[in-house]
Amino acid sequence: MNIVVCVKQVPDTATERKLSSKDNTLDRDAADGVINELCEYAVEEALKIKEAHGGEVTVLTMGPAKATDTIRKALAMGADKAVHLVDDALHGSDALGTSHALAQTLKKIGFDLVILGSESTDARTGVLAAMLAERLGTPQLTLARKVDIDGSAISIERVTDYGYDKVTATLPAVVSVVEKINEPRYPSFKGIMAAKKKPVQTFGVADAEIDTAQVGLASSWSEVTEFAVAPPRAAGTIVKDEGDGGAKAAEFLASKKFI
Amino acid sequence: MAVDRALPTPEAHDLLDLVRDIIAKEIAPRAARDETEGRFPRDLFTLLGRAGLLGLPYPEEHGGAAQPYEVYLQVVEELAGAFLAVGLGVSVHTLSCFPVAAYGDQERRAELLPQMLGGELLGAYCLSEPQSGSDAAALTTRAQAADGGYVVDGVKAWTTHGGVADFYTVMARTSADGPRGISCFHVPAGTPGLSFGRPERKMGMRSSPTAQVRLDGVRLGADALIGEEGEGFRIAMAALDGGRLGIAACAVGVAQAALDAATAYARERRQFGRPIAEFQGLGFMLADMATQVAAARALYLDAARLRDAGRPYGTRAAMAKLFATDTAMKVTTDAVQVFGGYGYVEDFPAERLMREAKVLQIVEGTNQIQRLVISRALTKDA
Ligand SMILES: Cc1cc2nc3c(=O)[nH]c(=O)nc-3n(C[C@H](O)[C@H](O)[C@H](O)COP(=O)(O)OP(=O)(O)OC[C@H]3O[C@@H](n4cnc5c(N)ncnc54)[C@H](O)[C@@H]3O)c2cc1C
Repeated sequence: MNIVVCVKQVPDTATERKLSSKDNTLDRDAADGVINELCEYAVEEALKIKEAHGGEVTVLTMGPAKATDTIRKALAMGADKAVHLVDDALHGSDALGTSHALAQTLKKIGFDLVILGSESTDARTGVLAAMLAERLGTPQLTLARKVDIDGSAISIERVTDYGYDKVTATLPAVVSVVEKINEPRYPSFKGIMAAKKKPVQTFGVADAEIDTAQVGLASSWSEVTEFAVAPPRAAGTIVKDEGDGGAKAAEFLASKKFI
Repeated sequence: MAVDRALPTPEAHDLLDLVRDIIAKEIAPRAARDETEGRFPRDLFTLLGRAGLLGLPYPEEHGGAAQPYEVYLQVVEELAGAFLAVGLGVSVHTLSCFPVAAYGDQERRAELLPQMLGGELLGAYCLSEPQSGSDAAALTTRAQAADGGYVVDGVKAWTTHGGVADFYTVMARTSADGPRGISCFHVPAGTPGLSFGRPERKMGMRSSPTAQVRLDGVRLGADALIGEEGEGFRIAMAALDGGRLGIAACAVGVAQAALDAATAYARERRQFGRPIAEFQGLGFMLADMATQVAAARALYLDAARLRDAGRPYGTRAAMAKLFATDTAMKVTTDAVQVFGGYGYVEDFPAERLMREAKVLQIVEGTNQIQRLVISRALTKDA
């Protein structure tokens, strides 16, 4: 089976994240780039499916040149090869643009199964899997906490507010996963060494026949016009309990309209 | 704060990154709790094995990573700083694998090493006995030839991983001929006649089980012998030369952890209207601690580079073990002082590190024995 995992590099959630004052997009140079956490679960699931059913795992990343670190991480976990979609024309693409770019690339490289994390920690739109499936004309199986494959049949448990839905489809398909699905492995030291020698193919917009009118900041359907830095958290109020602590706490909650 | 390390290769930097990642996510968060509850973290050794971190200094042919001691020891240092039971456990495991790796024949190496280095089989090293500690060559556990193999009887004391290990590297007497009468055996857990004492109730490092290993008519095949008959003491001492560097690295890890904790605390804790780190009396104490830790690290790395270059390094290893573990004792004691009353209670890491440091002055040759080794080398005729 030919499995493609879409992997994104995001700013480390442990460091301060900034928007660039130049064009109101995320300042990707300001913070360390790390693999988006949910993408690790996607890679793990792809590797498990490969281990059970055979095939090949390809990592697909759209992102600037420094995203190669993230690609190496996925390869160190055990993916076989990677495609890096990198082009200045793609900078600032919104979810629609990104889905077009990735869908075009996926059509070029071919796939039986595409796996993604259900959202990224930076933009958090959570819509990419659905958009991709639409553009590729395949079924979408989103928010999976479990994936089963039997021949060309695929079924997942889709997380819902009330429990889960069982969703079934036929391959090829697009799946997005949630963190309940597995426990991502650590790359081994040997895996890290081996990853340096695994093939990484670079694609530009022309290679993937991406329509530049549909991607990039200028073509985005949405625009960030203004942003403000979150105000520092104000100091809390300390209520001293002099026998009337309960009443004071209730008063406070009432003043905030909680009760 | 992460220690800045000049490592010999880019791959060694990748290795340390991996180790730090595993420490931050899997090891550091549970160290204090496991230690309080005296729980042996066997699962962490499986994880480290899968990540390829249990066979670092051994050849790639059998699942090792062919890393120089200079790199392997810095991994041990980082692990020990987060959780000594793990760092020391990795060092003892590496020591336990040494006889098979260095003296086993090709067949035994191919059979045993992949699982030993892959984390499936955890090792223990049995040299000390109740009546023979520093005077290790006075051991009395006997291995008598029988039915083309051996029958082993005796008691081994203080065995790290005793009762939880999957194999025991046992030194036993095959003849009465002093050190030359000792041989080295590979004894798998589960061999009939093997039993264990109750784990010792220790001052520190409580999640690393230390127990007596009793051998009562343990029957072994001829292939259990590692190296030649009578070669055991030489093998044990060669293993210990490397093991002592492991203990030195552990000591630097513990000392660095104490320094880091003390420094962070001194910057935060205020008395007389300012952070206590701004009092020269305390700042100079931190400066001395930092200098001693750096010197101890430099000394074990110096010994490691001698070893990596294939030169005799036993004396330098003894110096590193002596200096690093005495330094760890001093630095951890000072760290408790920096914390004041908070240093004496379990809510902060200082007291645990101080208890952990003490054992390092005792194991793998007490520091008196290290001085003996060093002074003998100095006064020996060339
Ligand atoms: C937690 C822990 C884990 C251990 N793990 C292992 C293990 O995995 N495998 C193993 O084989 N052993 C292990 N040991 C045993 C350890 O190596 C011994 O405790 C150590 O070698 C000292 O032996 P002893 O305790 O019998 O002390 P002794 O040899 O009785 O020494 C008592 C004191 O006399 C001093 N002394 C002895 N001889 C001399 C001399 N010639 N000159 C000056 N001073 C001297 C010593 O320095 C010490 O201060 C472990 C011990 C501990 C505490």
